Amino acid sequence: MHELSIVTHVAKTLDEIAEENHLTRIGSVTLEIGEVSGIITDYFEDCWNYFKVRHPLLKECEMKLESIPAITFCEDCRQEYPTVEYGRICPYCKSEHTFLLQGNECNIKEIEAENERET
Amino acid sequence: MKVIELHRSVTESNDRDAQKLNQELKEKGLFFINLMSAAGSGKTTLLSRTITDLKDRLKIAVMEADIEADVDAKRIEELGAVSIQVHTDGMCHMDAGMTRKGLEEMDLEGIDLVFLENIGNLICPAEFATGAAKNVMILSIPEGDDKPLKYPLMFQTSDVLLITKLDTASYFSFDLDKCIERVRYLNPDIRIFVVSAKTGEGMKEWEDWLIQETKDWKENKDA
Repeated sequence: MHELSIVTHVAKTLDEIAEENHLTRIGSVTLEIGEVSGIITDYFEDCWNYFKVRHPLLKECEMKLESIPAITFCEDCRQEYPTVEYGRICPYCKSEHTFLLQGNECNIKEIEAENERET
Repeated sequence: MKVIELHRSVTESNDRDAQKLNQELKEKGLFFINLMSAAGSGKTTLLSRTITDLKDRLKIAVMEADIEADVDAKRIEELGAVSIQVHTDGMCHMDAGMTRKGLEEMDLEGIDLVFLENIGNLICPAEFATGAAKNVMILSIPEGDDKPLKYPLMFQTSDVLLITKLDTASYFSFDLDKCIERVRYLNPDIRIFVVSAKTGEGMKEWEDWLIQETKDWKENKDA
């Protein structure tokens, strides 16, 4: 359910971009997905393929996904470590005082598109 | 084909819509709360009690968001409060656009405070701003004191946490101090009320907060 919602928000943003830039067709969209963003990429791709054929601007739009690794920072020993492997507890000093530096993103990085003049 | 670099968050356009709605509500002096929690945590029961207790003090309306059905809206209507049922058609959260449409459909003449009863889950509603003045979340005691560890974003985006079903505390091994410590670590500024909508324990503090915040919002409407 979550994935489909995000797809509709991506489409809404792309509609806005298309209008601003007079785009007639979007060939691909590249998204950056954090490792702990909670997005299941297989399911996300299914949602995209379901949605895009129902949306004229995106009919032939390919979705490319790039993963952003999740990294946690420890406030006590001030070291960084991979979140997926060690979770919330710092593997160096066993502290619980940690926070996520990156890895929960869901960003639209770039698109490939054609505008009216080119067609 | 040309490449256009965007580098923007998927939620950015929703955040903009939410900010705009928030500003409009400020100009109208209408206090709007986004109430979030897991399914079965007792959102409707808490709201029913709050509406009944405050019926001479605040005119409250409720927007019920559900994937299907209108049982919650009927419960609120039975109390004589204005309510509307919004169906999200499978979506797991309300966004600013849906919220705006819901508000436009409601008869808000003379209303001081509107609650949005968001879809019951602790994940998606936290990611999508609705334009609300305050985000309020419920954690009921039967759900367990480990929820801040599992759903940190919900606790981070909330202004107020209501720990509810206090009357059931003796049946569950819910460590209240531990839970509050976990929540405060994620969000040092969060207001916490521990209540039972059934016995009324702790409800006054929550209701006083609502009265004060609604008043402040109204008085600052031109600010």
